[in-house]
Amino acid sequence: MTLSLSLQERYQAGDSPLHHLDPRVKVVMTLLLILGVVLTPEGAWPAYPLLWAVIGGLAAVGGLGAVRVARAGSVALPFALAAVTLLFTVPGQPIASIFGLPITDAGLTRFLSIMIRSWLAVQAALVLAMSTHFTDLLWALGSLRVPGTLVAIITFMYRYLFTLKDEAARLLRARAARSGILPGYRSGGPLFWRARVAGGMIGNLFLRSYERSERVYAAMLARGYSGQMRMLTPPQLTWGAIWWGAVPVAALLLVEMLAFLVWT
Amino acid sequence: MFLNPVLAMHIPDGFLSVAVALVGWALMVVLVGLALRETRDKLGERQIPLMGILAAFIFAAQMINFPVAGGTSGHLLGGALAAILLGPWSAVLVMLSVISVQALLFQDGGLLALGFNTINMGVITVFVGYAIYNWVQALPGRAHGNRLLAAAIGAWVGVEVAAIATSLELVASGTSPLQIALPAMVGVHALIGVGEALITVGAIAFIQQTRPDLLGETAKKAARGSSWIAVGLLIALLVVFLSPLASPSPDGLERVAADQGFLDAAQDAPYQLLPDYTVPVIKNEALTTIAAGVVGVLVVAGIGYGVGRLNSHGKAGKRGHTV
Repeated sequence: MTLSLSLQERYQAGDSPLHHLDPRVKVVMTLLLILGVVLTPEGAWPAYPLLWAVIGGLAAVGGLGAVRVARAGSVALPFALAAVTLLFTVPGQPIASIFGLPITDAGLTRFLSIMIRSWLAVQAALVLAMSTHFTDLLWALGSLRVPGTLVAIITFMYRYLFTLKDEAARLLRARAARSGILPGYRSGGPLFWRARVAGGMIGNLFLRSYERSERVYAAMLARGYSGQMRMLTPPQLTWGAIWWGAVPVAALLLVEMLAFLVWT
Repeated sequence: MFLNPVLAMHIPDGFLSVAVALVGWALMVVLVGLALRETRDKLGERQIPLMGILAAFIFAAQMINFPVAGGTSGHLLGGALAAILLGPWSAVLVMLSVISVQALLFQDGGLLALGFNTINMGVITVFVGYAIYNWVQALPGRAHGNRLLAAAIGAWVGVEVAAIATSLELVASGTSPLQIALPAMVGVHALIGVGEALITVGAIAFIQQTRPDLLGETAKKAARGSSWIAVGLLIALLVVFLSPLASPSPDGLERVAADQGFLDAAQDAPYQLLPDYTVPVIKNEALTTIAAGVVGVLVVAGIGYGVGRLNSHGKAGKRGHTV
């Protein structure tokens, strides 16, 4: 089971200043934080805890728990497999060896830097997702010039995500209910057959989804839909919100400046 | 964990360099703009509800798995299936929505990496899968008109090309060495692609039996598919031919081999897929990025040209035949 299959929504309702911050400011702030984290030069060791302090500080202000966010940020760790061979292939002084392959100091530096930066970037994205309701997030994207049609499509997708997830879960439950195991007998058919069954279930799910979309569209037409999604008047963007969001970004800039000028 | 396609191809933030990530974003913005225009013209006011619900369908379909062996399971990525069922431009929008929600809501895949994640899983699998699907059906002989065989090959090749593209992006970012990333990704996804192909065939077979009219709709659209074949194959070829261009790191791996002598030993193992790998053409990381950017622009220009021609053909008059 992967992360996305549990469909555990990350959003945590709250009353903190971070929750009340204008979602547009939060989106821009998060993107800048991620950009800054990824731009940090490798081996700038003092920068990493400071960056974590900025992101963890935001999590703490939002009442999300800096440690909890840090722990949840480890979701990208399996991807380390893609970078782990850097340990051996980047030229440098050998400092240790595994299975006869020497680990170089430069390789270790690059690998650790990539892992830490990735971990920090995931935490920044997590803080955004945990403190902003998804519909607010989508609205913010729309007012930040993401095409309105695309935002409407994703809003619709979000609306039906859980409905169709339940359909899929019912299909899986039905399959499990019909897959009895007799002691002493080999259970399940050949691999080819199992894959075709899963394919059939997905075909079934497609038909249910497609027919549902036809019903939904008819219902929308009946209620006066004419191709435009209607929205309430958006709140004004205040200077207060912008200043609030500028604080972590300024801290980020300071750390990055030190990282580029002093710590590399 | 790497056997799970849902995670294996979602690049998290931090694994792509900023320059590479921005190239991916630029490509994505252009392609999604094209996709939005195309589908609006075709679907009109049905666009939003249909695309939205079918994006949720792909998301849910990725949950349906089948046990393989040793606790691993096969999953669907869905690019080729979406392209066959909905046509390529709608499929791009659907896949983009899925990948965006996975990144924004569940942190599966990064935000900076969203550009290339969309290109890999939402554009390459779609266009390459669709092109191969049409191409195989147009072949003479026993494969002619064999929709299921065509879907299987399209799904498999699409996943494979996407895996190559993913490893090239990692290599261009200096995150993975070419000799290891490419064979590993290609090898693992050769297996994952079989699962993808089998599931896609299962789904198409089911729909063919229950609602053949839905497949007929897209089959008619495939009458204009000959240009798609060219576009999809072009993408595939570009990705493949980019491999020698992408320099793993400015330091040059040849020197490591000389210094440490370990690559000689290592080459006995899985790296023999590239026995004649020599010094990369471009040694400078920045130059590589620029080269990637230039090629990316050419891809987009080619696609744009193809789309323009398709439109003019479509408006010019009747189509020859329907499949």
